Amino acid sequence: MTLMEPHTARAAESQKSETRYKKPSLWKQALRHLLRNKLAVSGFIVVAFMFLACFIGPLFSPYADNKINMSIMNKPPSWQHWLGTDKLGRDVLTRVLQAGRISLTVGLASMALSVFLGTLLGALAGYYRGIVDQIIMRIADLLLTIPGLPLLFISGALLSEWKVPTDYRMYIVMLMLSLVNWPGLARMIRGQLLSLREQEFMHAAVVLGLRDRRKLLHHLLPNLVPLIIVMATLNIGGAILSESVLSFFGLGVMPPTPTWGNMIDAANNMIDFQQRPWLWIPPGLSIFATVIAINLFGDGLRDVLDPKLKR
Amino acid sequence: MSALLKIEGLSTHFITEEGRIKAVDEVSLRILQGETVCIVGESGCGKSVTAMSVMGLLQGGLGVAIDGRITFQDTDLLSLNKAEIRAIRGHEIAMIFQEPMSSLNPVLTIGEQLIEPMMEHLKLNKKVARERATALIEQVGISRSKQIMNSYPHELSGGMLQRIMIAMAISCGPKLLIADEPTTALDVTIQAQILDMLRQIKEESGMAILLITHDLGVVAEMADYVVVMYAGKIVEEGEVTKLFEDPKHPYTQGLLRSKPVLGQRQEELFSIPGQVPNLLELQPYCYFHDRCEHCMAICRTQEPELGVVGHQQKAACWLYGEVAHHG
Amino acid sequence: MSTYITKRLIYMAVILLAASLLIFCLYALTPGDFISGNIKLTPERKAELREIYGLNKPLLERYATWMNNAFHGNFGYSLAQQRPVLTLFNDYIWNSFLLAAVSTFLTWFIAVVVGVVSAYKQYSWFDTLVLLLIFAAMSLPSFFIGLFLIKVLAVDFKWLPPGGMLTTGSNATGMAYIKEVIHHMALPVIVMTILGVGSLTRYFRTNMIEVIKQDYIRTARAKGLKEGKVLYRHALRNALLPAITLVGFELPALFGGSLIIEKIFNWPGIGQLYMSSFSVRDYPLLMGFTMLIAILTVIGTLISDLLYHLADPRVRLH
Repeated sequence: MTLMEPHTARAAESQKSETRYKKPSLWKQALRHLLRNKLAVSGFIVVAFMFLACFIGPLFSPYADNKINMSIMNKPPSWQHWLGTDKLGRDVLTRVLQAGRISLTVGLASMALSVFLGTLLGALAGYYRGIVDQIIMRIADLLLTIPGLPLLFISGALLSEWKVPTDYRMYIVMLMLSLVNWPGLARMIRGQLLSLREQEFMHAAVVLGLRDRRKLLHHLLPNLVPLIIVMATLNIGGAILSESVLSFFGLGVMPPTPTWGNMIDAANNMIDFQQRPWLWIPPGLSIFATVIAINLFGDGLRDVLDPKLKR
Repeated sequence: MSALLKIEGLSTHFITEEGRIKAVDEVSLRILQGETVCIVGESGCGKSVTAMSVMGLLQGGLGVAIDGRITFQDTDLLSLNKAEIRAIRGHEIAMIFQEPMSSLNPVLTIGEQLIEPMMEHLKLNKKVARERATALIEQVGISRSKQIMNSYPHELSGGMLQRIMIAMAISCGPKLLIADEPTTALDVTIQAQILDMLRQIKEESGMAILLITHDLGVVAEMADYVVVMYAGKIVEEGEVTKLFEDPKHPYTQGLLRSKPVLGQRQEELFSIPGQVPNLLELQPYCYFHDRCEHCMAICRTQEPELGVVGHQQKAACWLYGEVAHHG
Repeated sequence: MSTYITKRLIYMAVILLAASLLIFCLYALTPGDFISGNIKLTPERKAELREIYGLNKPLLERYATWMNNAFHGNFGYSLAQQRPVLTLFNDYIWNSFLLAAVSTFLTWFIAVVVGVVSAYKQYSWFDTLVLLLIFAAMSLPSFFIGLFLIKVLAVDFKWLPPGGMLTTGSNATGMAYIKEVIHHMALPVIVMTILGVGSLTRYFRTNMIEVIKQDYIRTARAKGLKEGKVLYRHALRNALLPAITLVGFELPALFGGSLIIEKIFNWPGIGQLYMSSFSVRDYPLLMGFTMLIAILTVIGTLISDLLYHLADPRVRLH
């Protein structure tokens, strides 16, 4: 008795039209939507600028060798030194850019590592379920129960006690941040995977008798890619913030390797804090600008790649 | 008899980034007191948007452009301010929706939701409103009304929730009830009960019904007058028996042919070839031409207008071009 | 429901036990302790002290002793301050709570109001501004904004005191005391509110946008209800409901203090206690603090779960 929508006719029609002209791919569509989001685009521009400035900028600085020059120590901003000089007579602007290299690298690398760990463990847990899931998720629960900051502080203290050379500390800080960050990511990936498993196309894959690895690699993981990209982007900002906190308290990357966090350490000195704001405000603003830009860009990505995720 | 609701040249367009979507374009219809008018069409033909425009639920929305006149008991609804239209909404014109499951607020009890319109429009106090609500629940055929009053929507079935929606709609004694696909989401047996109940209430109270459906069975059962919509426009309208006996527009003919008939098993069910045109790419000629088996040269160049084609029957089709001009 | 709670409680206990072991090992493995860091002591005296505090015993035995005491409500004895850890917590925790409670209240209040209004006016200039501020608040390094505001508001303009809970040497009482504390609280509370308000506003905004699209909001409008009623009675309740799960998650923040803020503002709370104990490696206190937060986190999660079950009529039955 019911007038059905002509589903079959419509499907046939759309197939026909597909042969006539190729629809732009999903990625291209996403890119087009992203370009329309002004906040995301400006975020991207700022991030790109920060990267370029930090990685290429110091090459053009006459002060890149960080020569100690006591005759010009603690000078306020001037035409020669746009952001002044520090207590060893080094150019603050150059230091900020060099610090940015480290901070951005730590952020990127620890993001990559935690996303790798989170995706791997989350995917294993969500795909195999049962005992594998139990073990991985209980470990994640445990790590999420212990507060992150004290955990990082203890690890930072361990590094100091073990007299890890300052050159290597940077790598260990990356490792620490990833260890604290992966459980949240793993939970998210696992949740997404579990819901994907229940969807029609996975039932189809099961009915077709595809092998485990094939199912995981060809049918599930590609569907996780948007989620992973978004999480990865937003994670960089978080990692940069955590690194700065650690380094500020002298538990992360240590001088002479500059990072934005340990440069703000100057504020722990009463005179520098009150009278020489050029020493610690520029690195702070750099963190802020970079992180807000990354977050705006990441949020734009989330909008176009995975609207369901919006939180 | 005077018209209760008169829609003249109603156009509801949505302005989006991709362009202007003419969801409803130059639609006119009228509903007499106590009459049941059905709007029939496929999904996306503008039938729900017509109803929402009458209710004033789209006005002021982002990128919504409404034009034309909607006269309800001598008031132009489109010229009313927010407070004035609100006083009519839920009071003199009430509406029920397709999805009873999601149309009720999950965190409020049935009772709390039922008494709201009565407290708002009839200015009843809570106690009286609750008494009336209990009576209404019984009127729509649900026993244990006291218990139902304190239940939450998720505790009831879809059919029961639709009855509650009807109870809520008729609580202030509306002159017009707009029912937007009221039975689509329900089981077949429940559908019949709900339709029976609507008819009964209509007979008792004398209210008019604007019924929106894609189900020709429902139309045959309920309608006095039928309006067929296609791509935002009315393509044919007429008294229900006439229209079913002698459909004029090829689209209506197609609709009726695609309806399976009991006892007659066909080799293949008929379906209208092609698909509904994209509302963004409408051209100024007959929207149905590429699916029509009688398509003529003029159909591809000029837009047909709605004209009288028989006794109380109108169609917008070039097949009756001559007649339309005389009418 | 009761089997559910039992299950949850057992799981909670297991997680806490595992957490305690992990925390203990972490601190125990950290080389250097309160005694070895103290240069005033002779080697003999150090060995003697180690004996007294049981630091020379095997790791597992020390853990067993620690846990046994913890079960009896004894979290050990602070080596640096020579007082029981729990007594110290009791002394400091209420200062932390004062700061956290006020800023949590402000955060929620602002987040709900701004989130709802900006969701209702989605795409307006107000909404865009709110979005930008949300992202700004979420991207601030906590210690930097703290320092920055101290520099501007306390050092340069001298509107507010830079830190502490009372002016040094003050012995104000009664109303004067309260006024002084409020004066000192203002800056840390502002910073904590700024830091928390971004993500929460965003949360309410997103929830509200989602709810406004629902069918039952259309129904409420079709009934002819006033827009205010539609928003506050029908929409807000549904938008706030999922937020109930967040209430439990606030628990560790309410009682656990804030390490960074309390340190920067020199606020005599439990977070600052931790930070100062950290530099002298006062392990009993550090372990006790970490364990306290872990316990609060677990209890908070449980509370969230239970509240969610109580609040949503859809899950209440199960």
